[in-house]
Amino acid sequence: MTTLDPNVPDGPLHKKWDNRREELKLVAPNNKKKHNIIVVGTGLAGASAAATLGELGYNVKSFCIQDSPRRAHSIAAQGGINATKNYPNDGDSIWRLFYDTIKGGDFRSRESNTYRLAQVAGNIIDQAVAQGVPFAREYGGELANRSFGGAQVSRTFYARGQTGQQLLLGAYQALQRQVERGKVQMYPRREMLDLVVVDGKARGIITRNLVTGEMERHAGDAVVLCSGGYGRVYFLSTNAFNSNATAAWRCHKRGAMFANPCYVQIHPTCIPQSGDYQSKLTLMSESLRNDGRVWVPKNKEDCSKPPEQIPEEDRDYYLERRYPAFGNLVPRDVASRNAKYVCDEGRSVGRGGARAVYLDFRDAIEEQGREAIKDKYGNLFHMYEKITDEDPYEVPMRIYPAVHYTMGGLWVDYNLMSNLDGLFVAGEANFSDHGANRLGASALMQGLADGYFIVPHTVGDYLARHRPDPMRPDHNKFDQCEEETRQHIQKMMDVGKNGSRTVIEIYRELGKLMYDKVGVSRTKEGLEEAREEIRELRDQFWNDVKIPGEADNYNKMLEVAGRLADFLELAEVMAMDASEREESCGCHFREEYQSDDGEAARNDDEFTNVFAWDYKDEGEWEKHVEDLEFENVELSTRSYK
Amino acid sequence: MADETMDLTLRVWRQNGPDDKGRFEEYAAEGISPHSSFLEMLDQVNERLIHQGKEPIAFDSDCREGICGTCGFVVNGQAHGPEPATTVCQLHMRNFSDGDTITIEPWRAKAFPVIKDLVVDREAFDRIISAGGYVSVGTGPKPDANAVKVPKPISDKAFDSAACIGCGACVAACPNAAASLFTGAKITHLALLPQGRPERGQRVKNMVHQMEEEGFGNCSNIGECEAVCPKEISVSNIAKMKREYLRALFTDS
Ligand SMILES: Cc1cc2nc3c(=O)[nH]c(=O)nc-3n(C[C@H](O)[C@H](O)[C@H](O)COP(=O)(O)OP(=O)(O)OC[C@H]3O[C@@H](n4cnc5c(N)ncnc54)[C@H](O)[C@@H]3O)c2cc1C
Ligand code: FES
Repeated sequence: MTTLDPNVPDGPLHKKWDNRREELKLVAPNNKKKHNIIVVGTGLAGASAAATLGELGYNVKSFCIQDSPRRAHSIAAQGGINATKNYPNDGDSIWRLFYDTIKGGDFRSRESNTYRLAQVAGNIIDQAVAQGVPFAREYGGELANRSFGGAQVSRTFYARGQTGQQLLLGAYQALQRQVERGKVQMYPRREMLDLVVVDGKARGIITRNLVTGEMERHAGDAVVLCSGGYGRVYFLSTNAFNSNATAAWRCHKRGAMFANPCYVQIHPTCIPQSGDYQSKLTLMSESLRNDGRVWVPKNKEDCSKPPEQIPEEDRDYYLERRYPAFGNLVPRDVASRNAKYVCDEGRSVGRGGARAVYLDFRDAIEEQGREAIKDKYGNLFHMYEKITDEDPYEVPMRIYPAVHYTMGGLWVDYNLMSNLDGLFVAGEANFSDHGANRLGASALMQGLADGYFIVPHTVGDYLARHRPDPMRPDHNKFDQCEEETRQHIQKMMDVGKNGSRTVIEIYRELGKLMYDKVGVSRTKEGLEEAREEIRELRDQFWNDVKIPGEADNYNKMLEVAGRLADFLELAEVMAMDASEREESCGCHFREEYQSDDGEAARNDDEFTNVFAWDYKDEGEWEKHVEDLEFENVELSTRSYK
Repeated sequence: MADETMDLTLRVWRQNGPDDKGRFEEYAAEGISPHSSFLEMLDQVNERLIHQGKEPIAFDSDCREGICGTCGFVVNGQAHGPEPATTVCQLHMRNFSDGDTITIEPWRAKAFPVIKDLVVDREAFDRIISAGGYVSVGTGPKPDANAVKVPKPISDKAFDSAACIGCGACVAACPNAAASLFTGAKITHLALLPQGRPERGQRVKNMVHQMEEEGFGNCSNIGECEAVCPKEISVSNIAKMKREYLRALFTDS
C-alpha cells in the first residue's frame, strides 16, 4: 500500500486554483496544432472538453457509442444545475455551495477539488447563456432559480424538466462548430476497447467500429476519458441503456487506479419495476417529496388491498415517524434505505409482487386543491400515468429506489490526471468531487466545470512539460493492444456460439445480486457472499454465454456482452471496497456500523480517506490510500431526527 | 395483480446492410404484458430468437425515456406508432390488443441509409448542425448571464423549438423526406434569442444549403412532420425558417 499524492496547489483554499493556473505551463499557439488529443465520450464532460480543446487549436478526435454525440446519457438529466450566482439574494456564496457539497458527500471528498467546483460554477451559467441555452426565466427577463434537493438557498438553474438536454445541446453545438472548422474529428458509433500505454504514458486507444466491427487505432499525446458512470452494473438503473464502464475499466486494467467503487447513489423516487421484462427504471423528480407522503400498511395482510381501503390508523408514515424533523424530506440515502427496510419486512405494495412504497398526494390535494398540485407536478403526474396507467390524482404513486449515480471512478489528482501520465478523466467517470454522496443538480455542474474550465488547461500544462514525441499507430504497442482486443472478442464469440444463457439473463442476475448485496444496505457477510457469487457468474459467462450473430457487423448483443464481461470484474472490486470500508458514510451503509437509533456511523479516525485500487490480476487488487485533509471545515455528523 | 398478457404477430423489416434488398418477416410475440414498452416487447422477442439460434432484430435505443432521440421506427405506418407525442421507447403495449398484427419498418429516406433492420444512419442531421446550428462563442469569460434580459415569452418559445430530440420522425413521415422541421427548429431557437441574432442570416443560408446537399426533399407544407413529432414541434418553425431565409437573401450581401 502506498499513499497517493493528490498534487494539490499551495495557498489558502480560495487561492488554490488561481495559484495553480499561474503555475501551469502553456503550449505556444503554433505548437498546439502539432498535438493530437483523444477525447472519449460526448456527454457534458466530453463534449465541452473536446469543443474547448479544438477551439484552443489542438487536433481533437472525439468518440462516442451513440450514432450522434448529441445523444450521450447527459441528455436525460432533468432537474437542473447548481451555481453560486446568488441572484435571488438569499445568502448563497461559493463557500456555502462548497460546504453543502462537502457535507452532502459526508466528508469523503477532497476539499480543494470541491472548492474549485463551486468557484467555476458561475462561469458555466454565463457560458451556457452565451451559447443560447434557453434556461427558465422570470417575467422580468432574468434567469429563474429554484431550491433543489433540500438546499436552503435557491441556486439551481433549469430548463423545464430538460436541463441536461439543453446544456448538452449547447456543448454539442460548440463541438459541431469545431467539427466544421476541422479542429475536431468526430467518431460516432465507436467503442473504446483498450488504452495504449507506451513508456508509462497514455498514447492512444483501440476502438471497435460498431457498424462494421472493424478494429481501429488512434494515437495521440493525451487521452481525456469522459465515459460516464458505472450504474448499469446493477442492470436496472436510471442510466441509459448503453451507459457502461468498459472504457474506464480498460484503463484500469492498464494501470489507472479505481477509487471508491462502492459509492453508489440510489435515488428514492423512481417508478418501480413492473415485470421481469423491464429494461430500465424511470426517475421521478425528488421535488415530489415536498408534498407527497410516503407510507406502507402497518400490517402485511393489508398490502394486497387497494390503498383507499386502508384506514388512516393502519398506515405507517414511516419517514415522518422515524424522522419527525425532516419527515419525507430526509436525504436520498436515508429515504432509500428506509424503503428497503419496510419492503424487507414484507410490507411492499408493488404490482404483481414488485417492491414499492406509496407516495401519496391525497392530503396535499385536499389542502391545496387539485389545481395547485397540477401546477407544480402536472408533467410528472402525466409521465407517471403514461408509464403505469395509474392516475396519481386518484391513487397514491408507487415508488422504489433505483441506482442513479456513481460517485466512485478512476482516481485523479487535482489536475484531473489519473496516476497514468497523460490519461485525464472528467465527469462522472472520475471520483473526485462528490465524496460518498452527490447532491442533486451537481453532476451537470461538475461535468461542465471539468470539460470547459479545468481539463483544457491542465492538459496543456502536461503537454508543455512532457513534450511527448509524435506517436504513430503502427508502434508495436498498438499491434499488441489491438491483437489482445481481437482475441478477447473472439473468445466471447467462441463461447457464445454454443452457450445456453443469453447475455441479458446473466446480466439481470448480476444486477439482482448487486442490488441485494452491494446495494442500499450492506453487511460483511453479504459482501463476501457477493464476491463469491460474482466469481461464479463470471465463470458462467465465460463458459456458457450465448451470443448471436457475428463480430463483423452491427451486433448489439456482442456490445452488451463485452460490457457485461467488464462489469463482472468491476462488481467484484465494488464488493471488496464496500467490505473494507468498515464504516457507514453517505450512500455506503454498513449494517454493522450504525448508531443506536439506526443511523449511519462514520469512523473518521480510520476512514477519512479514499481507497484507490490497483489492478494486479483477475480478482486481485492492491489497495492504495489517499488521506483526506480537512483544513477548512470541521467534520460533523448529519442528523435528520 | 396478475395482469392479462397478449399475443401478437409482428411483421418486421429485416435488412442486412444498405445494399441488401430487405424483406418483411413474421414473428410471434407471445405473453406480452400491457405494461411493457414497445422496445421491451422487442427485447422479449429477441431473447426468444437468440435462444432459437437466430439473429435478433436490430434496433437502436439508449435513454428509453423519450429524450435522447436514439430510438425510432415506423409502427403500422406511423412514425413512433399510434400514440401522439410519444417516442417508441415510451409507447406502451396497452395501446395494442391481443391478437393484433403489428408492422414495423425503419425510417425510409434517401438521406438516412439503413444500417441494419430498423437501424438507420442519421449523420446527415449532425452535418446540418455543423453548417451553422450554433452561436459562435468560444469558451472563456463571458458577460454575466443576467446582463442581457430575455423576455420570458421569447425564451419559452425558443425552448419549444430547442426541445427537438433529432430522432428523424419528421423526415420519415414526410412524403418528400424533407428535414425542414428539424432544421427549422434549430434556426428558430437561435434566431429568437439575442445571442443568436448576429449570425442569423449566414446561419439559415448555410443550414438550408446543407439540408439540400444531404438529399432531403423540399417542404410542400403537408404537415405530417408536426403530427408525428414526439416533442410536438410546430410547423410554424418551418415558416420561420422560410422567413429567415428570405430575410437573409435581401438583407445580407
Ligand atoms: C435520469 C437522470 C437524471 C439526472 N438528473 C440530473 C440533474 O438534474 N442534475 C444533475 O446535476 N445531474 C443529473 N443526473 C446525473 C448526470 O446526468 C450525469 O452524471 C452526467 O450527465 C454525466 O455526464 P458525463 O459527461 O460524465 O457522462 P455521460 O453523459 O454518461 O456520457 C458518456 C459518454 O461516453 C461515451 N462512452 C462511454 N463508454 C465509451 C466507450 N467505451 N467508447 C466510446 N465512448 C464511450 C458515451 O457514448 C457518451 O458519449 C441525472 C442522471 C440521470 C440518469
Ligand atoms: S431511446 Fe431515447 S428517445 Fe427513445
